[in-house]
Amino acid sequence: MGQTENDDIILELRDVTKAYSGIVALKKADLKLRRGAVNVLVGENGAGKSTMMRIIAGVERPTLGEIWMDGQRIQLASPTDAVRHGIGIVFQELNLFGNLTVAENIFATRELTRGLFGIDHKAQVTKANEFLDRLEAGIAADTLVEDLPIGQQQLVEIARAVSLDTRILILDEPTSALSAAEVDVLFRVIAELKAQGVAIVYISHRLEELMRIGDYITVLKDGQITGNAKVRDVDTAWIVRSMIGSDAKDFAKDVSHTLGDEVIRLEDISLARASGGLAVDHVSLSVRKGEILGIYGLMGAGRSELFECIIGRHSHSKGRIYIDSKELLARDPTGRIAHGIALIPEDRQREGLVQCLSIAENLSLASLGQFVRFGFHIDRALEGEAIANAIRSLSIKARNPAFEVTSMSGGNQQKVVIGKALMTGPKVLLMDEPSRGIDVGAKADVFRTMRKLAGEGLAILFSTSDLDEVMALSDRIAVMSSGRLVCVMDRADASEDIIVKASSEGHKTKRMHAR
Amino acid sequence: MTTATPMATALPSSSGSLLLTVMKLRTFIALIAVIIFFSIFAPNFLSTANMILMSKHATQNAFLAIGMTFVIVTGGIDLSVGSIVGLCGMIAGGLILNGIDLPMGYTVYFNILEVAIMVTVVGIAIGALNGLLITRLNVAPFIATLGMLYVARGAALLFSDGQTLPNLAGKPELGNTGYAIFGSGTLLGIPVSIWMLVVVALGAAYFARFVPLGRHIFAVGGNERASRMSGIRVDRVKMFVYMFSGFCAALVGLVISSELMAAHPATGTNLELNAIAAAVLGGTSMSGGRGTIGGTIVGAFVIGILSDGLVMMGVSSFWQMVIKGLVIIIAVVVDQAQRKLQARVTLMQMAKQG
Repeated sequence: MGQTENDDIILELRDVTKAYSGIVALKKADLKLRRGAVNVLVGENGAGKSTMMRIIAGVERPTLGEIWMDGQRIQLASPTDAVRHGIGIVFQELNLFGNLTVAENIFATRELTRGLFGIDHKAQVTKANEFLDRLEAGIAADTLVEDLPIGQQQLVEIARAVSLDTRILILDEPTSALSAAEVDVLFRVIAELKAQGVAIVYISHRLEELMRIGDYITVLKDGQITGNAKVRDVDTAWIVRSMIGSDAKDFAKDVSHTLGDEVIRLEDISLARASGGLAVDHVSLSVRKGEILGIYGLMGAGRSELFECIIGRHSHSKGRIYIDSKELLARDPTGRIAHGIALIPEDRQREGLVQCLSIAENLSLASLGQFVRFGFHIDRALEGEAIANAIRSLSIKARNPAFEVTSMSGGNQQKVVIGKALMTGPKVLLMDEPSRGIDVGAKADVFRTMRKLAGEGLAILFSTSDLDEVMALSDRIAVMSSGRLVCVMDRADASEDIIVKASSEGHKTKRMHAR
Repeated sequence: MTTATPMATALPSSSGSLLLTVMKLRTFIALIAVIIFFSIFAPNFLSTANMILMSKHATQNAFLAIGMTFVIVTGGIDLSVGSIVGLCGMIAGGLILNGIDLPMGYTVYFNILEVAIMVTVVGIAIGALNGLLITRLNVAPFIATLGMLYVARGAALLFSDGQTLPNLAGKPELGNTGYAIFGSGTLLGIPVSIWMLVVVALGAAYFARFVPLGRHIFAVGGNERASRMSGIRVDRVKMFVYMFSGFCAALVGLVISSELMAAHPATGTNLELNAIAAAVLGGTSMSGGRGTIGGTIVGAFVIGILSDGLVMMGVSSFWQMVIKGLVIIIAVVVDQAQRKLQARVTLMQMAKQG
């Protein structure tokens, strides 16, 4: 399918193989990228998409294989090489300097200078603002990146890549943290670049997005290319078939079970923002045994902050939490975990994993206390057994649990974080965007696990900005906006209209352009 | 293509992994190399007396390096250990010579076991002070312990107005004789200080592997935020490592003053740098998260034997410093090379297996 003239091709990978410690991420993959088109790349977690892009961006070198550009073989030994060849990339995991301003980030390594008089900060800010305005980002270029929420940081990354005058622009899941309005803006920018002849490489798990903007599609499965076509020739069913080898599964199969007593009750949870105002504004709600409560909200609605208050990350948060009708007095994560609360954080690299430890050590990190004999000695056999159990029950692809956790794909790393939380034996599980950056197959896995755990009597709170997800998975739906809990309703009473309307309340003044 | 291919042709996987094994055991090989080198070029190097003497010297570094390893693994640094050695030696000397004056005109003297316990408590307390500065007041470890380096050294000098406290033999009528046991006593023909090192080293190695707090040390060094979210009490872990480092320094203070039977306030100057060097030589990563007690001990012995051997060969002390510095730098360079090679060898094998 999809034979086109070869002179359209700007970059080609031939027979590229890439191995990491623990996993072969790419096996003899061929890829052709075309000029003035959106080249879409899909595949499950760990299929090798990100690896392929890292090779094109010069971040990784292929273990075997060749790269050809404009009919000539090239070497991409470093990101600088790639930039020289006009290749720009926006990574899935953000690569920004939090301690520098937005403008400094955009112009990193090619600062605007005034000859010998150093960096021209004023000019940088002005130019950066131009790029940001083109993206309608609503970000002032002289703010520090670390002060921005993650969605806006993503926009800064995109602005940086756009500013590079690239011939090939790679976007690795650029929309995973963007709101619907921000996505529209991004698509407009993509269309503009396309018209200028830029080859766009677009990686995403959101199939409807791919259908909307893609021209050519390449499907990866287990490091190999399983499908190659023009987007207008195929449908979503074809993509899913190529991705997982069978038709789409209904990911939220409803296992009906009765709900038990109330497990957790929040009363008046509030968290003050450093910049004034409340990030979480007097939230009260309760969840019963076996119940899944979906918390829907846009970026900055305060969902993550609410979860952080519940787990005890912020010592200055206010309000009361009751577990099994008893007030929870422990204030730090250690005490709260001991009382049966577990959190799966949104940002797994920064808050979920200890990168230099092994898969096994990461899994048992939060629950070492369970394996202790005589008050101090860790029973290694007991620990190993529990780790093997977790790997099996979550079907984590780990050839050897003693390998470093970074040798695994993103989806499997996410499972390790989930496994770590489950090994503490929680009563209440908080999942912050559990499906962020996860593909259809792994999503189904995670959702099935959530259903199963709820069936076993766990109370689950999860946050999401995906409407289908919140409608399909939740027993009850809560909507947050600007730190406030706008409404809580049964799934039966909820409709997409009501949810969207509720979530935009208080978001009318979202832009934070002028200080 | 790129750099991977020439590596693969030049190094079939078997010799690649051989080179890798050699590099992994580099600290150990370095230890054997210095021993062989000096047994050829330094007269009397292999004599039992010399071996024991060198071991005793290396022991001092090794104690400090064990404590330092835990601190570095959490991502911190402890510059105050050398000064704690000096201060603890002075306190031991002061307790033996002068006892403690009580307000009613009595003076209490302690037996040497009590003295030893009191001195280690002082060491732990100074470590706790470091820990509080770092965890409660958010002072960077480098600065907090640098400050403590000066404070503790100054306190040691103030203690006796800069004078040496001589003759710590104690008096039989006061019941405080026998202080020499830590520095020059032997048990089964081996110095007591070496037995103490064996106990502390085995304890620390066990602690790192089999005690939750020990495992937490590595997690905190690897990713502090994730550790906190996993319910690890990060502040408690940090307090522990600085207190343990203080404890190790106090032991060295006891051993040195007991060996000399005198306490000098400048004792232990620059020892913190030896301890850091030993830990790094043994494969501890300065960025935190990685390190082993075994590696650190071997590292301490390499440095100890190197300095003593060079003295025996009559190499000038100026050259000694240059050589010691080069060894440390080479160790780190090899460490980096090993990590790269290791990654490459396993990747090539996996790519071939497909």
